[in-house]
Amino acid sequence: MKRLSWFNAVSLTLGFAFLYIPMVILVIFSFNESKLVTVWAGFSTRWYAELMQNEAFLNAAWVTIKVAVFSSTLATVLGTLAAYVLVRGGRFMGRTLFSGMIYAPLVMPEVITGLSLLLLFIGIGLDRGVLTIVLAHTTFSMCYVSVVVSSRLVSFDRSLEEAALDLGCSAAEAFRLVTLPIIAPAVISGWLLAFTLSLDDLVIASFTSGPAATTLPIKIFSAVRLGVSPEINALSTIMIAVVTVGVITASLVTKHQVARQRREEMEAVRS
Amino acid sequence: MTASVFEPWNDPEAKPLIHFQNVTKRFGEFTAIDNLTIDIYEREFYALLGPSGCGKTTLMRMLAGFETPTEGKIFLAGQDIAPVPPNKRAVNMMFQSYALFPHLSIWENIAFGLKREGMAKADIQQRVEEMLRLTRLEKFARRKPHQISGGQRQRVALARSLAKAPKLLLLDEPLGALDKKLRQDTQFELMDIQEKTGTTFVIVTHDQEEAMTVASRVAVMDHGKIIQVATPDRIYETPNSVYVADFIGDVNLIEGTARPTGSDTYAMSWHEGLPPLKVQSPNSLSDGQKCHLAIRPEKVAINAEKPADADNAVQGRILDIAYLGNISTYHVELPTGAVIKAQTANTRRIARRAFTWEDTVWLSWTATAGVLLAE
Amino acid sequence: MMRRFFLIAIPYAWLLALFLVPFAIVLKISLSDYAVSIPPYVPQFDWAEGIGTFIAQLDFENFIWLTEDDLYWKAYLSSLKIALISTFLTLLAGYPIAYGMARAPDEWRPTLMMLVILPFWTSFLIRVYAWMGILSNEGFLNQFLLWTGVISEPLTILNTNSAVYIGVIYTYLPFMILPIYSALERLDGSLIEAAEDLGCSRLSAFWLVTVPLSKNGIIAGSFLVFIPVLGEFVIPSLLGGSDTLMIGKVLWEEFFSNRDWPVASAVAVVLLLLLIIPIVLFQRNQQKQQEAEQ
Repeated sequence: MKRLSWFNAVSLTLGFAFLYIPMVILVIFSFNESKLVTVWAGFSTRWYAELMQNEAFLNAAWVTIKVAVFSSTLATVLGTLAAYVLVRGGRFMGRTLFSGMIYAPLVMPEVITGLSLLLLFIGIGLDRGVLTIVLAHTTFSMCYVSVVVSSRLVSFDRSLEEAALDLGCSAAEAFRLVTLPIIAPAVISGWLLAFTLSLDDLVIASFTSGPAATTLPIKIFSAVRLGVSPEINALSTIMIAVVTVGVITASLVTKHQVARQRREEMEAVRS
Repeated sequence: MTASVFEPWNDPEAKPLIHFQNVTKRFGEFTAIDNLTIDIYEREFYALLGPSGCGKTTLMRMLAGFETPTEGKIFLAGQDIAPVPPNKRAVNMMFQSYALFPHLSIWENIAFGLKREGMAKADIQQRVEEMLRLTRLEKFARRKPHQISGGQRQRVALARSLAKAPKLLLLDEPLGALDKKLRQDTQFELMDIQEKTGTTFVIVTHDQEEAMTVASRVAVMDHGKIIQVATPDRIYETPNSVYVADFIGDVNLIEGTARPTGSDTYAMSWHEGLPPLKVQSPNSLSDGQKCHLAIRPEKVAINAEKPADADNAVQGRILDIAYLGNISTYHVELPTGAVIKAQTANTRRIARRAFTWEDTVWLSWTATAGVLLAE
Repeated sequence: MMRRFFLIAIPYAWLLALFLVPFAIVLKISLSDYAVSIPPYVPQFDWAEGIGTFIAQLDFENFIWLTEDDLYWKAYLSSLKIALISTFLTLLAGYPIAYGMARAPDEWRPTLMMLVILPFWTSFLIRVYAWMGILSNEGFLNQFLLWTGVISEPLTILNTNSAVYIGVIYTYLPFMILPIYSALERLDGSLIEAAEDLGCSRLSAFWLVTVPLSKNGIIAGSFLVFIPVLGEFVIPSLLGGSDTLMIGKVLWEEFFSNRDWPVASAVAVVLLLLLIIPIVLFQRNQQKQQEAEQ
C-alpha cells in the first residue's frame, strides 16, 4: 500500500481544514445563546425556534423550493433533449450557434445573464414573479444538464441503440427503452445539479424577481448585508446539513453499487 | 456432383437470397464500397474477410439498414430493401461489442425483439427458452449482462439476434473479444447453430483462420472491392491474385516471366543461368507475361541432396530457423538473393534435427504445388 | 424527419428566445439614451416609425461615457487585477491539494473527492457569508491571533481587497482542484520512476514531468476561476469595502441604484467583450483535450 509523504499529508490537511473550518464555525455558532455571533454564551436552539416563526423566511423558502422544482424539471427535459441533439443530431443548420448557446451560459457572468433576461421580460411586458425566475433558472441550468448528459451520451455505446433498432424498435422506442434507462443516472444528477443551482442563485433571481416573489438567497443577502446574524447561521446550518446528508448518501449509494458490480463481474469471470 | 454437396453458387437455377447490384458507398470523398456486385445464397455461411478499412463493415451495415448505398441496389429475396428501415427488416445483427442492454436481464434481452413484434406472452416464453437451450444459457436467464462471462455474453448476443428467426443473420467480428482458446471452441459452436437453425450467416472478420474455419465461402475484400470469392480451400490453394495469396496464410512469391508449354503448363524463367521453373496453373497467361509464382512453404521440401525426380529444385543456404513446436520454418537464401521459406512437420524430437544454420540444402517442389499469378 | 425537426427546434428556440434575444436587447439598450420614463431609455422600438429611424437614433454615447468617467476604467482594470491575482493564488493553494489527492491511497480517493465536491453543492452565498464572521474586527481570526499574541491590535481585513482574495480562493478552490486532480490522476506513475531512473531528482522530475503533463488541468482550472471572478458580484459586495471596485458590482449599482439602464447595458457589453478572449481560449483548450483523449 502507498503511504502519503509528509508533504502531501500536510497539504491535504491544511487544504481541507481551510475548506471546512469556516463552515464548522458557522454551524457551531448557530447554537450560540448570545445575539453576538462571535462570542460564545452557551448552547441554545433559540435561533432555530425564531427562524421557524419568521414568516418572511418561510415564505421565501417556499417560493425558492417551488422555483427550484419547476425550473430543474423543465431544465432536465430541455437539457437532455439538447444533449441528445448535440451528440446524436448529426449536422443541421446553425449547429455551431446551438452548441455555443449551450456552453456560453456556463461561463457567462451572472450579472449579464440576469440583466439581459430582465430587459427581455420588461421588453415583452411579462410581470416579474415566480414565472420569470423559473424561466431564467431553466435557461441557465438546462445548459448544465446538457453538459452532464452529453458527457454520458458521448461514452454511450452507439451499437446499443442500433441493436434496439435492429430488433424492431422505432427511434422513439429505442430512446425510451434503451437509451433513457441507461443514461438515467446522468439525467438524475443533472436534475440535482439544476435544483441546487436554482436554490443557490442570488444574482439572476435578484434581476428577474418582482416584489411578489422573493427567494431565500435574496432574503439572506439583504439580511447579511447588515452584518452577521445568528438566525442566518441557523438557516445556513440547516442548508449545509441537507446538502451534506444528500451528498454523503449519494456517494455511499454509488460506492455500494460500484462495489457490487465489480464483485459480480469477478464472480462471472470465475464461474 | 452428388446432391448432398452444398454448392448453390454453382447451380445456375439457384436464386440468391441477397443480391448486391453495382453498389457504391461514399462517405464524403472517401469511397468505402466501390461498384460491388455479389450474390449470397440461402443457408450459406458467408465470410467477408479483409484488413480494417476495406469496407467489410460498411457492407454489413448496409445489409442491416444502418447505411444506405450511394449508388446501386441491394435485394433481399428479390425485393429492393433500400426503403425498408432497420427495424422492419428480416435481418438481424450481432454486434461486435455484443450491445447487450445492461439494464435488462439475459431473459429480457433475448425477449426484447419478440416483444417489439407483439408476440403473445406464452409464445415469447417458449421462444426465449428455446434460444436459451440452443445456446446453453438456461442457468443464466435471470442474470444481468455484467454478471456473466465474456463467452456467455457472446452466446446471449447470438441468442438475441436469432430469436426473431431472421432470414439473414449478420455477425460483426463475433469472436473478436474472446481469447484464442475460447474462440476456437466457439467457432465450432457457431457452425453447429447455423446448421441447426438453417439461417443464412454473413460474418465480418479480419481473422483469416476464423473465416477459413467457419465459412462455406470467403470473400476477400480490399479498398472497397471484392478481390476473390471462393470456398476456403480454393482461396488457399488457388488464389487469383498476389493480394489474396499474401493475405491468406504464408506464401513465397517468385517473380519471373511465363512461357506456355501446354494447355495449362508453363515454364517460368526467373533468373539468368538457372533453369526455368515448371508450373501447372489454372490461371492462363500469355507468352512473356510478367508473373509471380506463389507457393506455400509447406509444399516446399528441404533435402541435403538434390532430389532425383523433382519437377523443380534449387540450391540455397539456411539463413534462419523458426522452431514453432509442431513445425519448423527454414528461411533459405537462394544464390539470386531471394529468401524462400520451407516448412517441415517435426515428427521427431528436436535432437534429431537434420539441418542447422549455414547448411547448404536443396529445395524442391512439384509442378502442381504453386500457382502463377499475373502482376 | 418531422420528429427530428422538433427535437432540434425545441431546445434551439428556447435558447434563442431566452439567451440570444436578451443579448440583442442589451446591445440595443446600450446604444440608447437614458430617459426619465418607464422603461428608462429611448428610443423605444416602434414599428410605425420603421427600422431606419430607429437605427438612426442609436449612438455610442454610453460607450464614450464609459471611457471618459475613470470609475469604469478603474473598475475594469481592478477586476482584471483581482481576477488575475486570485486565480494565481487559487492555483498555488489548489495544486498541492490536487497533488496530494492524486498521490493518496486508492481507497481514500472517493472520500477526498467527495470532500472537495461537497462545498460545491453548498450555497455559494452561505460560504461567502461564513467568512464575514471570521474576518471582522472582533471575528474569530482576530480573536485567535490576539489570543496567540501574534498581534496586539485587531487587523482590519473585512471590507478590504484581502478579504475579497480570501473569499475567491475559498469559493473557487474546488474549480481549481478538480481539473488538476483529474489530470494528475491519469498520470502514469512509472513516468516519474522513468525520469528518476534517467537521473532526475525528485524535484526536477516534478518540474520536468508532472507539471507539464498536468498543464491542461492547470489551464482549465485557471480559466474556470478567472472567467467567473471577472464578473463576480457577491464576494466584493459582502467581503469587499467601498473602495473595492469590481465591474459586477458597478453594473449592479448602475442598474439597481442609479437606474441607468443604458449605461448598465454598456458596462455589460464591454465586460462581455473582455471575456470573449478567455472564453474562446478556454473552449479551444477543452476541445484540444477532448481530441487528445479520443
